[in-house]
Amino acid sequence: MSDRLSVLKTYKLYVGGKFPRSESGRVYEVTDTEGGWLANAPLASRKDARDAVVAARKAFGGWSGATAYNRGQILYRVAEMLQGRREQFAAEVAAAEGVSPAAAAAQVDAAVDRWVWYAGWSDKVAQIAGSANPVAGPYFNLSSPEPTGVVAVLAPQESSFLGLVSVLAPVIVTGNTAVVVAAERAPLPALSLAEVLATSDLPGGVVNLLSGRTAELAAPLAAHQDVNALDLTGAGAELATELETAAADNLKRVLRPRAADWTADPGTERLLAFLETKTVWHPMGV
Amino acid sequence: MTFDYAPAPESRSVVDLAPSYGLFIDGEFTEGAGGGLRKTVSPATEEVLAEYTQGTADDVDRAVGAARKAFEKWSALPGAERAKYLFRIARIIQERSRELAVLETLDNGKPIRESRDADLPLVAAHFFYHAGWADKLGHAGFGPDPKPLGVAGQIIPWNFPLLMLAWKVAPALACGNTVVLKPAETTPLSALFFADICRQAGLPKGVVNIVTGDGSTGAALAGHPGIDKVAFTGSTEVGKAIARTVAGTDKKLTLELGGKAANIVFDDAPLDQAVEGIVNGIFFNQGHVCCAGSRLLVQESVQDELLDALKRRMATLRVGDPLDKNTDIGAINSAEQLARITELADAGEAEGAERWSPACELPGSGYWFAPTLFTGVTQAHRVAREEIFGPVLSVLTFRTPQEAVAKANNTPYGLSAGIWTEKSSRMLWMASKLRAGVIWSNTFNKFDPASPFGGYKESGFGREGGRHGLEAYLDV
Repeated sequence: MSDRLSVLKTYKLYVGGKFPRSESGRVYEVTDTEGGWLANAPLASRKDARDAVVAARKAFGGWSGATAYNRGQILYRVAEMLQGRREQFAAEVAAAEGVSPAAAAAQVDAAVDRWVWYAGWSDKVAQIAGSANPVAGPYFNLSSPEPTGVVAVLAPQESSFLGLVSVLAPVIVTGNTAVVVAAERAPLPALSLAEVLATSDLPGGVVNLLSGRTAELAAPLAAHQDVNALDLTGAGAELATELETAAADNLKRVLRPRAADWTADPGTERLLAFLETKTVWHPMGV
Repeated sequence: MTFDYAPAPESRSVVDLAPSYGLFIDGEFTEGAGGGLRKTVSPATEEVLAEYTQGTADDVDRAVGAARKAFEKWSALPGAERAKYLFRIARIIQERSRELAVLETLDNGKPIRESRDADLPLVAAHFFYHAGWADKLGHAGFGPDPKPLGVAGQIIPWNFPLLMLAWKVAPALACGNTVVLKPAETTPLSALFFADICRQAGLPKGVVNIVTGDGSTGAALAGHPGIDKVAFTGSTEVGKAIARTVAGTDKKLTLELGGKAANIVFDDAPLDQAVEGIVNGIFFNQGHVCCAGSRLLVQESVQDELLDALKRRMATLRVGDPLDKNTDIGAINSAEQLARITELADAGEAEGAERWSPACELPGSGYWFAPTLFTGVTQAHRVAREEIFGPVLSVLTFRTPQEAVAKANNTPYGLSAGIWTEKSSRMLWMASKLRAGVIWSNTFNKFDPASPFGGYKESGFGREGGRHGLEAYLDV
């Protein structure tokens, strides 16, 4: 066995359910924490980011219109697929983050559990975020949450996989579609997650994954007129201010970066951050 | 036989206006640091009602300081005690509602029928509703012991001056915040009267501060480093500027901005009711309503019948003295707003839409605009795209529900929408497809403190009212 040459993987982007290279033809070297070469990852361009937004918008109607039960099952399917590739992801996380094999495996286990946790939220979030409103008049009045639309997500830089899953799952479980910029220095676990998503019945375009320079990709996403919300988790303070300013142009909903412990109970904050509340009035009478 | 209306003016004598007003900071009226005064006029007569103070950045700073000082004790009060202050305020507003209604009509130009029957009852209801939340916040779904944010900077518009104050102040105080409120430049008076209500209620000093002035005062407030929260209701343009100001800070932001709502009438709708809803949707408050139903989408098969009925109804609208109890449409709030409405209506004609207004005599002084209908409007016309914020309705048509949805959603705004149909499955399907925060089905322009209000897309973010509205004033 030892003299057999292993087959290396060509890491690619994930856009609209397909695995393209960057339209720019660019790649960058991804290394482990010691500086050893791991792979060449696509260095996505502004055009790739815009293409990803188009794919995400195209997928929004179908995904947001799917039943909550259906979305929940698909997220659970993601957990199933990930479980089957546990060893692969543990190795990739260990290489990317320089942690021990045991610590990396624990992160992958936590990520699987996170998909399961969020899967269960799909058909419950409306029950905790909605309300029947007792207005002073003969009206039926109901408020329910709806997905905000296309959400651009800057994945955390320091947690290449558990952090990524922790920001992605709450965005899509409610019916949003996502354009995700993977951790700049450690994009490989994210790019491999695309292979899991592609085999989990998740419609193409619901999740679009880009690797490259966060600042380069975030700028066109923050300024994009067809992006509805922006998760700035992976942006440093200065970049975050710049992006939030650009996001004001079409009043994107912005989740500002804040320190996070990705192993902690995630709570409902991220789930609720990318929802709109719709209130419907209807008269009652005979 | 025709029936004529005799004049039925509401008496102005219930309102005792001072010649000049200072700023309400730390529980008392004080002079502004800059010494500048502005005049507020009655838009119906152009009569100067009173002078008020142009608040400066120094004044804002002083008000924020007072609010910060008051925050410590106010936020530490048991919720039940805060509740009692708010209940007191609600009751005093009810007691003084006639006075406040007349005042609002004088300063804003809206018909007394609306300030008396819509604005004031909702103002009192808003305080009463939020009073009850103050000691129940742990049950609101934001954790067992949610904390207030601190000092809230609140900037409100001129279309519902006292009601917008209530939407801002009531939840802020219930959640334990203190506030600095900047009323609109053309309608400062009811907020200044509210200061007196705070005094009567015994509200601790500095909990509510009111700094009057123009846009520069508002900008100083939104940009002040000592506030923890900015709440703004007004134009999308200013809302975006505030969002840029707040970017990169820890300030929480909620925005309730413009709209271009579709009011969609299907061929099976009860047309007489729909006509009433259309009229209410666009002519309520002279159309100075962010959620106004300014685009009528009518199914082609009933277009002629509906428009005939609508024109007949519009011909009965009474435009004139806002203090007359029979008036339906009052004065446009300011010369500036009148110019904007006039410009957009002229653009409608220039771009080829057909303009129609009923014969109606407008008063000689003051700011007035006749109720106006545009037919033959396409989606590219400015009157179909831009918020006019006046009594101007643009009529477009559709054939299928899918087309109605596509046209209704074809706007950067997303505040409200109306649906008129007797078929409930179609109503619910439409309601689910429309990208707007409030959907009125077989009704329009209904408001209630228990019902969350706010928009999608460029109509802003955050909700006001209901359990949802509390989030804007809690550290969650």
